[in-house]
Amino acid sequence: MNLSLMEGNEAVVRGALYAGCNFFAGYPITPATSVLSKMLELLPPKGGVCLQGEDEIGSMGYCLGASMAGCKAMTATSGPGVSLYSEQLSFAVGSEIPLVIVNVQRLGPSTGSATKGADGDIQFMRWGNSGGLPLIVLAPVDVADCYTLTIQAFNLAERFRTPVFVASNKEIGLTRESIDLSNIDTPGVEERKGYIGHESDYLPFRADAPDQAPPFVAVGESILVRQTSSTHGENGYITTDPEEIAAQRQRIKDKLELNIGSYSYFDYLAVEGSDTLILTYGVTARAARQVVVEESGEKASLLVLKTLWPVPEELILEKAADFAKIVVLEMNLGQYVYEIRRIMKDKQVVFFGQMNGALITPDQIREVLANV
Amino acid sequence: MSSLLNTARPPVFCPGCTHEQIVIALDRALQQLPGAGDKTVIVSDIGCSGLFDVFFHTHAFHGLHGRALTYALGLKMARPELHVIVTMGDGGLGIGGAHIQSACRKNADLTLLVLNNFNFGMTGGQHSATTPSEAATTSGFLNSLESPLDICRLAEAAGAPFVLRCSGLEKGLVDNLIKAIDYDGFAVVDIWGVCPGRYTRKNKFGPGEIREKLEALPVYTGAIKENERQEYGQNYRQKAASLPEPPPLLVVDKKYNPPQWQKEQILILGSAGQRIVTAGELLCLAAMSGGLMVTQKNDYDITVLKGPSVSEIIVWPGEVGYTGIDAADVVVVISDEGVRRRRGAFAAMSDQALIIAAADATLPESPAEVIKVDFKAWKIAGRDRALAALAVLAVSNRVINIPMLKTAIAKRFPEGLAEQALELVSSVMAGMGERSAE
Repeated sequence: MNLSLMEGNEAVVRGALYAGCNFFAGYPITPATSVLSKMLELLPPKGGVCLQGEDEIGSMGYCLGASMAGCKAMTATSGPGVSLYSEQLSFAVGSEIPLVIVNVQRLGPSTGSATKGADGDIQFMRWGNSGGLPLIVLAPVDVADCYTLTIQAFNLAERFRTPVFVASNKEIGLTRESIDLSNIDTPGVEERKGYIGHESDYLPFRADAPDQAPPFVAVGESILVRQTSSTHGENGYITTDPEEIAAQRQRIKDKLELNIGSYSYFDYLAVEGSDTLILTYGVTARAARQVVVEESGEKASLLVLKTLWPVPEELILEKAADFAKIVVLEMNLGQYVYEIRRIMKDKQVVFFGQMNGALITPDQIREVLANV
Repeated sequence: MSSLLNTARPPVFCPGCTHEQIVIALDRALQQLPGAGDKTVIVSDIGCSGLFDVFFHTHAFHGLHGRALTYALGLKMARPELHVIVTMGDGGLGIGGAHIQSACRKNADLTLLVLNNFNFGMTGGQHSATTPSEAATTSGFLNSLESPLDICRLAEAAGAPFVLRCSGLEKGLVDNLIKAIDYDGFAVVDIWGVCPGRYTRKNKFGPGEIREKLEALPVYTGAIKENERQEYGQNYRQKAASLPEPPPLLVVDKKYNPPQWQKEQILILGSAGQRIVTAGELLCLAAMSGGLMVTQKNDYDITVLKGPSVSEIIVWPGEVGYTGIDAADVVVVISDEGVRRRRGAFAAMSDQALIIAAADATLPESPAEVIKVDFKAWKIAGRDRALAALAVLAVSNRVINIPMLKTAIAKRFPEGLAEQALELVSSVMAGMGERSAE
């Protein structure tokens, strides 16, 4: 064992560097600041660019420019910063700009409590951009996940040319944990697909298939690139043709939703003889795992979702098939439970959540199970 | 070099709009500059100036209102060889105020062309940051309540090393653009023009009025000596290249058998400035040297050097689950402020649990064994008390022992600081020895 003591935010940074991140811009905000400070320590000596923006809007803009110039870019913030990211986020979604966004969630609404944890932005991350097209949200449980899911986040951003959120939480990002990084099963590193073909045939938003992202050419290469936040056709120029608009929008939705099977990350702990499935994500999964493993009277199995958006419906339905009762636990007053109720109308779905700055405890979960 | 104009997409401005003349002038300027279209990117903002990227055979980047400079910096930092030219109206200037200031202060090699026509043309002629107070706009009386912004004075004050003001309707525009694009640093060009679709319908404002007004204003012709300095990207790369390699990741091998091979929940209660979080980290590293897994979560207010500071550590022979503490096995009390933050923890302790507390601390009722430590008598300063309490814990052979603590100190602190910390541990050991002799 080669144990290191590391907080989640540092593991995010180390995962990002493993994945080839060479551009970071952020604005200080508790509890995400240590992503910026660790990046500043590690990235510039490796030849990468690490900037502190004048605000969150600026930070996101720097990342979008750098990503279109071919960099693997990342930014990090918390809820109030995600609010400011919104307009740039919709740009990244609609104009297919790869980007990793770390949201170290804190207790909201608004400025809320800077040093208290929550999972209050779960629907906000998905729907907090104009136009409502999908993006990807991954949710780490612990420090090891911060490392591996950040690598996956970069891979997905590259593969699908999309913004990908790493939905951390103060209780993960600022919690230190012993971890053996040399012993972690790391995924391979993916690069965005480049354009192969004649220069004269290149269209910046033409994909090879209706469920894929367009091949990428960086701004500054010999083929001229057009990038625009305006409604565009394959050629990157403004279009008013309803068919062309519809095809582009549908492709952006389909490239993520039709391929969800290839990135439905989860942990599943089956307990024999249980008729209840606990479904949760994020730091709450730690308490739930403890309850399930300790088998303190109440028997339940556990599904921990690590891909939250798009909703991995097939995975959830398959794992939940044999259970009559589903208990959804969230560090908010009920957000993802809407998705679970939407896809499982025939099951009893019980919700337990809290929003008080404290972790949901194993005892609270036992009590919920006892009353189901 | 030949024209970079995109003949398939000619300008679409209102007849008489200065923007069209700027398009032509920009093309002429680019023709005289080294670097073909593929080494130039036009970053356009929103509004009529936001159409510019379409008219040229260059790389094109069109984004959100007021944010063009943010994309421009990202592009420039990623590809320093690019000419990055930003076209922005007086609207973008207002909404992107923070970005303008930042760009002036940074001094990256970007060219900002402000197409200043004194109103929001595309949305119907509302007033902008540069609209004169007396102008007639579709914002009713609102612009009469505000003073117009002089972008050149703002840019100069914010540190832009190149500021040039000119009319878009006069000869010399091409040369001015060449000068600005060629400048190795952040160049702001405030180009005054007419908006025939909106502004000049209600306001008498033609080439003559522009000339007259410009003559009455401070003259800006380019380089501002006192603001000239190294370009941002070059400066960044030079400084980054001279940074030392970051230290390697701190790794702790299992070297010892810990006093107990079981789950332990430890709570350290103190105040900001008492190095509570550092003590928690040391405890973790010490436990890790015994092959134990750990988590450490901290609770403190947003204030610095004020308020309570609490560290919660869980030590576990396997992977830690829930990171909170339900019943503490050990509570270290350094200050009453910390106790108040976790008052409930004391009654929840068992009679097997241990409290190590500063002698002057007020402790709530608890069945746990209490070791009181008179830090004052031992002449241990406030900021060293948490570490001293860990030494007491190690001497008591709970969770960690002295070799484990010493290993953690050697790992965590640089030389010098480590020696001081080890001395402190030795003095606590001596103090504890004295006490047991009493």
